[in-house]
Amino acid sequence: MNYHWDWGVFFKPTGIGSEIYLDWFMTGLGWTIALALTSWIIALFIGTIIGVARTLPNKIIANLAAGYVALFRNVPLLIQLFIWYFMVPDYLPESLELWFKQDINPATSAFISTVICLGLFTAARVAEQIRTGIEALPQGQINAGLALGLRLPQLYKDVLLPQAFRIIIPPITSEFLNVFKNSSVASLIGLMELLAQTKQTAEFTANLFEAFTLATLIYFVLNMSLMLLMRKLEKRVQVPGLIALGGK
Amino acid sequence: MLLHSVLHILKKKLKNQNPHILEHDMKVLLPLAIAMSLLTTAHVGAEELSGTLKKVKESGVIVLGHRDSSIPFSYLANDAKPIGYSVDISNKIVEAVKKELKMPNLQVRYNLVTSQTRIPLVQNGTVDVECGSTTNNIERQKQAAFSLGIFEIGTRLLTKKGGAIKDFPDLAGKNVVTTAGTTSERILKKMNEDKKMNMNIISAKDHGESFLMLESNRAVAFMMDDALLAGEMAKAKKPSEWDIVGKPQSYEIYGCLLRKDDPQFKKIVDSAIASTYKSGEINTIYKRWFESPVPPKGLNLNFPMSDDFKELIAKPTDKSAEQM
Repeated sequence: MNYHWDWGVFFKPTGIGSEIYLDWFMTGLGWTIALALTSWIIALFIGTIIGVARTLPNKIIANLAAGYVALFRNVPLLIQLFIWYFMVPDYLPESLELWFKQDINPATSAFISTVICLGLFTAARVAEQIRTGIEALPQGQINAGLALGLRLPQLYKDVLLPQAFRIIIPPITSEFLNVFKNSSVASLIGLMELLAQTKQTAEFTANLFEAFTLATLIYFVLNMSLMLLMRKLEKRVQVPGLIALGGK
Repeated sequence: MLLHSVLHILKKKLKNQNPHILEHDMKVLLPLAIAMSLLTTAHVGAEELSGTLKKVKESGVIVLGHRDSSIPFSYLANDAKPIGYSVDISNKIVEAVKKELKMPNLQVRYNLVTSQTRIPLVQNGTVDVECGSTTNNIERQKQAAFSLGIFEIGTRLLTKKGGAIKDFPDLAGKNVVTTAGTTSERILKKMNEDKKMNMNIISAKDHGESFLMLESNRAVAFMMDDALLAGEMAKAKKPSEWDIVGKPQSYEIYGCLLRKDDPQFKKIVDSAIASTYKSGEINTIYKRWFESPVPPKGLNLNFPMSDDFKELIAKPTDKSAEQM
């Protein structure tokens, strides 16, 4: 293959202001991290509520929560994003619609749409983890809690959730890393996050492979560090004897 | 036994040459390939084939790269087969290759490319020639070769007819959309920086989405190659609502992408384009796509040939506009 490699391309000026291409990657990385962390906070919050709702004795609430999970987990992320970005604003009251489309910076409106989309999508997945975490606990704990006279909120807050969260740290780490990778869908609605900056660099320099290699490395290093961080957290909060290998 | 192993080797060779040939094509191609290999051995002494021509001769297939929504250059309308101005040009190239290789039954295969995949796919041999709406520029010339120019555009603005936007300075402080990875994006960002215009620039993923941003009032104008803007206008719900305005901020020459260092093939491609220009056939092709109703909606782009393009036809070049 007749490819002209040039690894120095990242240090070349972009021709816009005094930026070099590496600056674009850094700006993109900033957006990616901002997107992922904001979406993650939403996902963790809503996911916990939905996950708990799925385990409640009230059948109506449990079914509603199951419906949420089914809806958000079974529609492709990209379609959800286009719905949030292109369709939903058209059904807002006119003043709000104009504000969203014209008054705020387009990057901000794309950011808001992506964060809502990614937050709600990931919440469905987090909810399932929370549910399985709670269901993994022996029924005896619930019975004991109720026998001690704990009310349902107390039971969840003091007995079930602290244990469930510990159990699900490994799978929830995957979800956490997924948010960083999934945030790349924002590139398709014009938000200049890491993937969008990569594509832009590739187009402008015609050095496609270098650009995508750097992006791969950045995503890899970012996710690897997050993974190690989560592993540390897991060690730190573990209760010996809670899970089979916990006491090792 | 001997014949069998020869066939086997040929089959293997063919597969290596072009991994995309389907098994069932093989039955058709094999006798052809055998006949061809006999022919080539008989023809020693004539100029030895190399590069793309050799590959096409051996595989019996030429692969054309095309786009899916570059109206009216290369796009899919009602058929799986691409149509458009650039597709007509690439058909001229195929004719010339058939003639050169004396292969009237040469198979043509179309391979969809995007702005990100076109260069790598030409480089790695998946696509032999890509004629779409690819601007010839210095960065791309490092990776691939360009044919003679097949079109010349100016970068302008699509906006509401009779609206506040008449030219580029009117964009100050406004939301403007352009397609990601295009020269327009670079020019717009540079203009914003140099002239402190405080524009909000939206980079949409393709021309269709850029136009959607304009149509849904997220942006007041869409900057792009004027011919593509005319194409987007033709797709609009109400084409008469829109207008192309502004002094062109750059001129760009489109070319077909070829592999680098392949002089034999480039010569055929260039002479096919040059003779289309010389015979005046280009005017028919141009009329068909820019001054007549085109699919899918049967709208007329009403985009008369620019003086710059007339000049390019008179003096064809494979250089980029910035090198002129």
